[in-house]
Amino acid sequence: MPNAMTYAANFNEMYTPDGTVREHYAGVAEWIAATSPDRIRQMREAANMLFHRVGITFAVYGEEAGAERLIPFDMLPHIIPVEEWRKLERGLRQRVQALNAFLKDVYHGQEILRSGRIPTDRVLKNKLYRPEMVDVEVPGGVYAHIAGIDLVRAGAGEYYVLEDNLRTPSGVSYMLENRKMMMRLVPELFSQQSVAPVEHYPDLLLDTLRSVAQPQVENPTVVLLTPGQFNSAYFEHAFLAQQMGIELVEGADLFVDDDDTVYMRTTHGPQRVDVVYRRIDDDFLDPEVFRSDSVLGVKGLVRAFRAGRVTLCNAVGTGIADDKSIYPFVPEMIRFYLGEEPLLNNVPTYQLRNREDLEYTLAHLPELVVKEVHGSGGYGMLIGPTSTEREREAYRLRVLDSPENFIAQPTLSLSTCPIFVEQGVAPRHIDLRPFVLSGKEIVMCPGGLTRVALREGSLVVNSSQGGGTKDTWVLE
Amino acid sequence: MLSRTASNLYWMARYVERAENTARMLDVTYRMSLVPKDARLADQEWFAPLNITGTLYPFGGRYSQVNATGVMRYMVLDPDNPSSIYSCARAARENARAVRGSITSEMWEVINGTWLEVQRLSEERMASDRVVDFFEWVKERSHLFRGVTVGTMLRDEAFHFNRLGTFMERSDNTARILDVKYHVLLPSVDDVGGAVDYYQWAAVLRSVSSFESYRKVYRDVIAPLKVAELLILRADMPRSLHACMNEVYEILQQICGPGEQEALRLAGEMHAALHFGRMDILFAYGLHEYLTEFLQRVHELGGEINRAFFAVDARWLAA
Repeated sequence: MPNAMTYAANFNEMYTPDGTVREHYAGVAEWIAATSPDRIRQMREAANMLFHRVGITFAVYGEEAGAERLIPFDMLPHIIPVEEWRKLERGLRQRVQALNAFLKDVYHGQEILRSGRIPTDRVLKNKLYRPEMVDVEVPGGVYAHIAGIDLVRAGAGEYYVLEDNLRTPSGVSYMLENRKMMMRLVPELFSQQSVAPVEHYPDLLLDTLRSVAQPQVENPTVVLLTPGQFNSAYFEHAFLAQQMGIELVEGADLFVDDDDTVYMRTTHGPQRVDVVYRRIDDDFLDPEVFRSDSVLGVKGLVRAFRAGRVTLCNAVGTGIADDKSIYPFVPEMIRFYLGEEPLLNNVPTYQLRNREDLEYTLAHLPELVVKEVHGSGGYGMLIGPTSTEREREAYRLRVLDSPENFIAQPTLSLSTCPIFVEQGVAPRHIDLRPFVLSGKEIVMCPGGLTRVALREGSLVVNSSQGGGTKDTWVLE
Repeated sequence: MLSRTASNLYWMARYVERAENTARMLDVTYRMSLVPKDARLADQEWFAPLNITGTLYPFGGRYSQVNATGVMRYMVLDPDNPSSIYSCARAARENARAVRGSITSEMWEVINGTWLEVQRLSEERMASDRVVDFFEWVKERSHLFRGVTVGTMLRDEAFHFNRLGTFMERSDNTARILDVKYHVLLPSVDDVGGAVDYYQWAAVLRSVSSFESYRKVYRDVIAPLKVAELLILRADMPRSLHACMNEVYEILQQICGPGEQEALRLAGEMHAALHFGRMDILFAYGLHEYLTEFLQRVHELGGEINRAFFAVDARWLAA
């Protein structure tokens, strides 16, 4: 039963406020009732063992070199009724389309800046804006081919976009492995209910990547560029490369010749590469253009990209569209480029560069979540309601030092979903990251990755901060 | 395929094979150490694995005495010994992890599972009453890896590089195991051809799983010349030098292009010498001398394979 003491104010995905099971959770509720706690414990152990054996681990920064950990997996699925998903899908499509239009615009005519809808300095003086990209043509005008849009549910159940991830969003391998695990552990649940499949994601991704090769290339060679096996998401890089049947390359495996063409070093000499699905940040991509000390990247890659000899997915410079200082303007982008009203809500955001917002935020720190503008991964946040007086004081000093580097948002009463704990089930906060693919068209798998804050009361779902994951079902 | 991937696959297979053969080598040494003997010669056979792997010097820097406990610890558990079974399991797993996309998930699970288990190894498991079981386990994991490889992997270049690693390493290791006999002294000259001598040759055969094959092929008592013939020249004996070079030569014929002919030539030369070799000539030359030279040539061939397929071309560096 849901813990009424701590989570009463939150929307519960499984139970209505009076404690009855929501319709789309009926099948799972029956299964829980019919399964002994011992059996469930066994299954949880089996899942852990399997994940370990298969090596579905992530590396943790700041721990002993090469330390690998499992991301905790919870067996209770996050279920979304199909009608609700269809609405979300429309909203996601609209949002990603507008974000790509924005990227094309800021690197070309900059109409949105000239129209005054977004302050020019906010874009052009942003360190994530890449002047190297100005007037570079990319196939189909698509910049963010793979987008991870983080959604949460608050209040009475309405969805909000928490943030857009347009650089190198990760987590999709967990979406796939979680589904595989669930089908292995509780096949009966899938035979009794109609859960929308997600297994075709690698095919969708490969189609998307191939569709954005330069038009004259007939049978494009696609590779996945990884920083290497000590990167936290290495498992995912290897997994996706294998699922798509493409080469997993490191920087040292590629080189750019005098003809501005990218080649990989093979056992029988150089072979041309047409599309690079890169999982390396812009900063480390090419020592010729960005950080000259980078040993992960490929010298000349950006030169080849700008010459139209190779497609980079995602393109260079997409960070300008997912920066938290730009986030408040996404609804405006949708109106400007598409002439539509946004279908998904933005979380109201205080921009601490504005004097009023700063004063309000500092006066209400215990109620707000404060984030670094360029931060990601849940690092460097202040969560007002669970912070101590001392943490707030330290954070206040950081904010005052450079207010333009911070935004604040009201603490949303995030929805909860039950998880298995030692004494049965208990509610925990969740969020949802659908993966939106943009190539010739926009496609996505139903659902996405559900992340769950395992610590009671915690709002942080990032795997680097002790979060776990669940399988996500779109139920017909 | 990517040069780095090919290199990782090759070394993954080499490390698996090396772990197995280290277990085999320790196994034969252990069996020899059980023969009753003069107290003056106690522990002398434990020099053999150190001598033939060229690790006597680094061993001496870390352990005060050459005996069963020390050598076992050094060659099985010691993470600082790059050729210990522990280090081989780790290196195999690191190489496999770098090419997860190019091997089947079953292969990955075997290598990852072995590494998880090896990390739990303790001195306890190395106690004398269980050590033989442990060697068996290492061999089984290696058998499992090869079985899964042959049973699941697409017959493409990745498969060839993987197999090339297996047989390059095995040819090196069989030569070394056979050489153990040279390094283990007999109590006295009178013992040549005696019971202890017989027992030692039998131990060599058993350590490479060839005792039964020997009986089948020769239907005779154990004689040094025949043991050496079985493990060097017999093409139908799967761990013999001839069988290994058969595989190496055949694989290289499949993967060598116009730019990689030197590797093929070297392998062909070695293969021909084994194919047309005669045991009496080889014995007259000296078994130990022959094996030493063979190891040198395997080493050269390894260098050539590295240059031909894995090394970064100078032209690329300039680019």
